[in-house]
Parts: sequence; C-alpha cells; structure tokens
Amino acid sequence: MKKTKVNTAHHKLNGKMIEFFGWELPVQYSGISAEHIAVRTGGGIFDVSHMGEIFFRGKEALNAVQYLTSNNAAKLKPGRIQYSGLLTETGCFVDDLLVYMMNEEEYLLVVNAANLEKDFKWMQDKAGHFDVKIENLSDDYTQIAVQGPNAEKLLSEFTDTDLRAIKYYRFENGKVNGVAAIISRTGYTGEDGFEIYFVSEKDTASAMFLELAEKGKKYDIIPAGLGARDTLRLEAKMSLYGNDIDDSHTVLEADLGWILKFKKGDFIGKEALLKQKEAGIKRKLIGFELTGKGIARHGYPIYVDGREFGIVTSGTYAPFLKKPIGLTYLPIEKCETGSEFQVEIRGKKVSAEVVETPFYKRQ
Amino acid sequence: MSLEDLKFSKDHEWVKVEGDTVTVGISDHAQKELGDVVYVELPPIGDTFAKGEACSNIESVKAVNDIYAPVSGEIVDINSALEDNPELINQSPYEEGWMFKMKMEDEGDLDDLMDADIYEEYLQGA
Repeated sequence: MKKTKVNTAHHKLNGKMIEFFGWELPVQYSGISAEHIAVRTGGGIFDVSHMGEIFFRGKEALNAVQYLTSNNAAKLKPGRIQYSGLLTETGCFVDDLLVYMMNEEEYLLVVNAANLEKDFKWMQDKAGHFDVKIENLSDDYTQIAVQGPNAEKLLSEFTDTDLRAIKYYRFENGKVNGVAAIISRTGYTGEDGFEIYFVSEKDTASAMFLELAEKGKKYDIIPAGLGARDTLRLEAKMSLYGNDIDDSHTVLEADLGWILKFKKGDFIGKEALLKQKEAGIKRKLIGFELTGKGIARHGYPIYVDGREFGIVTSGTYAPFLKKPIGLTYLPIEKCETGSEFQVEIRGKKVSAEVVETPFYKRQ
Repeated sequence: MSLEDLKFSKDHEWVKVEGDTVTVGISDHAQKELGDVVYVELPPIGDTFAKGEACSNIESVKAVNDIYAPVSGEIVDINSALEDNPELINQSPYEEGWMFKMKMEDEGDLDDLMDADIYEEYLQGA
C-alpha cells in the first residue's frame, strides 16, 4: 500500500486506517459523525494527498486543456480555478477535475486518485499533438484540506498570505508553515475552506498536519477522515466519480450541464453532447430522501412504477441533517421535486421522494 | 446488570439467559467499533432463526452490520425503543440498548458462548 507523506501523523492521531485505491488513509479518527459535524460547525483537517496533480506546460498548454476538458479554460486568469470534466467521445466522464491556471503556459489539473493512471494516459493519448509537456507530479505533492467556518482563522496562523483576499475558486502562491505552497480556496465538503498543495519531505508534511490539529483545537477544528469527506460531499450534492458520475452517464444526465461550454471551440465529447442536448435527456441524477424506514446505500436497486430502473449511486445517513439521503438517476419525467419511487433495502421496497438539492447549503 | 451474568459470542453479541429465554444485544466493544448507530432493523416477533443466522441489522453512518442469532429459536420480544432511539445501543449497550429476546430451542447452543473474562481475553487476542 502507498503511504502519503502525512502517514506518520495519522498513526499518531490514532486514525483508523483503511486501503483506498492503493493508499493507506484514515477512514476516521474520533468518528464519522463527530468529524462531519465538526466540519459544519468549526472545521476539519483532511489529508487528501492521494489526489492526482498533473501539470500541463508549454506554448499550447491552454489549447490542450481546452481540447481535453469541457469547461472554458480560456476564461481563467492566473490564480483562478475551475471545475471541469475530462470527457469521453460519448460525452460521459473519464473523470471530473479542477483546472488551475498558474500562468499563460502552465496549468495544473487535479484529478481523482482512483483515475490517476487512466487520466494521465488519456491526456497523453488525446493531446499528444499539442506543443505541451504533460507531467504527473502526484507523488511529489502533499495536499491538505482545511475545511469549515473557522478554516481561515486557523490557516492564518500558518501563513503571511492575506487569506481574506483569496476568493472562492481562486488561489495564491505563498508559504504555509515556511513551506512554499499553493493556497487554494476550494473544497469537497460544502463549507468554506482551503486546499494546500506543497512539495516537502515526509517529516515536514506530518509535522504540519499535527500542528494544524494541535492549533485547530481552540477553533473546534479536528482531523477528519475519508468517511466524513464522503458524507460531507454528499450532503452538499457534490458528485463522486465511480458512484454518481462515470463513463456510462453523460454530463447532461449528471445534471452538470454548466461545465459544458459549447461555444468555446472543439473539445472531446462536444458532438455527442450537442446531439443529446438537442434530442433531450431521458434520465437525470436527482437527490432523494427516504420517506420509509432505513438507509439507502450505494448499489441498492431502485424501482420506478414497480419496475427496476437503476441503482442508488450514493446513499448514506446524513450526520448533520440527521436523515437518510441519496442520489440516483431517474427517468426524466419522474425527476420533479416530490416525485416518488422505491429503493430496495435487503429485499424490502422502501418509499423515497425526490427533493431539492443541495441537501445542505451553508448560510 | 453485571457483565458476569452475560455470555458473549465471537461476533460480539451478548446473551443473558433467564430460563429458556435469552436477551440479546451487542457488546460495548462492538458499539465502539461501529461508531454512532443511526438505524436498527429488528426481526419480526414470531420468526425463528438458526444459530449463526443473520436476524437483524445495525447501521452506522458508514456501514450495515449483520447481527447473528447467538442461539437457535423464536423471537419473542424486540426492543422497539431502538426504532426511534438507535443511539441507545451506544449509550447503554448492556441495558437500554438490548435488541431482542429469543426462546431457545437447545440449551446446548450456550456452550459455544464465552464468559465475560474469556471474551475480554478474546478481544485482546483479536
């Protein structure tokens, strides 16, 4: 199993370690519910070093990114970030990702750990004809996320960078605990917060995590694991690759049409998606609550008008909202709020209802 | 309740024997491992289960966990308070967090269960 440079800190903090796509990472420290609620009320510190960092450098870096991804990277300025899709020819997801504009000839693409090798190969195969050097620097980079209403207060103790000046989906190059870092106001929790990227030795990375945990105490900020990361993102209805988005559902079906910029020029998947937009989609990803008893989980079958239609793509008990929630694809005519269907839980059909999303939105 | 009155299974259920009836719950160790219990599915009264058969579920935020019948027999009572207050399993695993009662078919089933001190050793070794 691969270990992140923060690994020593997880063991010191009694993290309950699991394997996650080849990485040894903590699923929890004090408990998923406690960590989840801490992030909503104070904050949480996450080691997300398993995420992939791929750099595009060269004269045609922008052209390559524009061709490979669906959002309009030409709209970016240095220091700005956008959520985007790396798409198949059929308009489905190879992966979802963040695009950071470092400068005119350098972009950083942050991808899912589970897809890193696949994405890297895809990028090289599909954008080989551009004058760009595509480099996978994932093993060099540590990424620590500090998330929650008190995140800015804690992080300001570790940096001279004016954090208040960094707006949502923007970043600054600065120093955190003396280490050169990309300080990015982004996250996967539905809260305000930062993601910090840096290259360092193991000891430095672990020490930083431990110090964040120690100084975080007075702001009710605690270490948080993959368990809370998953329940937090689901409450905020942020899609997870492999669950809610994949290579068999299109961007339009995933209800992420806002990351498609058809007027920007050619990109992989454009043709298929334009056709689908014209014809109209037949199914769409929706959020639901169970009205019957139980908890819907990933993979449980769903029934519409008595017929099996698909599966719950993500489902959990939401620790902050204190109710069972989930995501699934439904026939387009069944997607309006209040529409009913059923989830099969251990052989029993339980009623569910389409609700407005995100389930949770910060004030 | 004293732990000495209880017997434990390798699957971390506890059993209290009163005549031919057993009360069943999960151990303190098990509730700590599970974390916050958010949903409990209890067996229907009158159903019968063989020893070792899954008869109930406890769900934490992250996962569903089967609970196995520690003896063979019929379900004669369930703790319906758990439906609205599943956290009782965390707060009081040996008393208010009991799950169900069974009428035992064969007292010999108890032979495979451990006394509290042996269970403690089993946990150390696990």
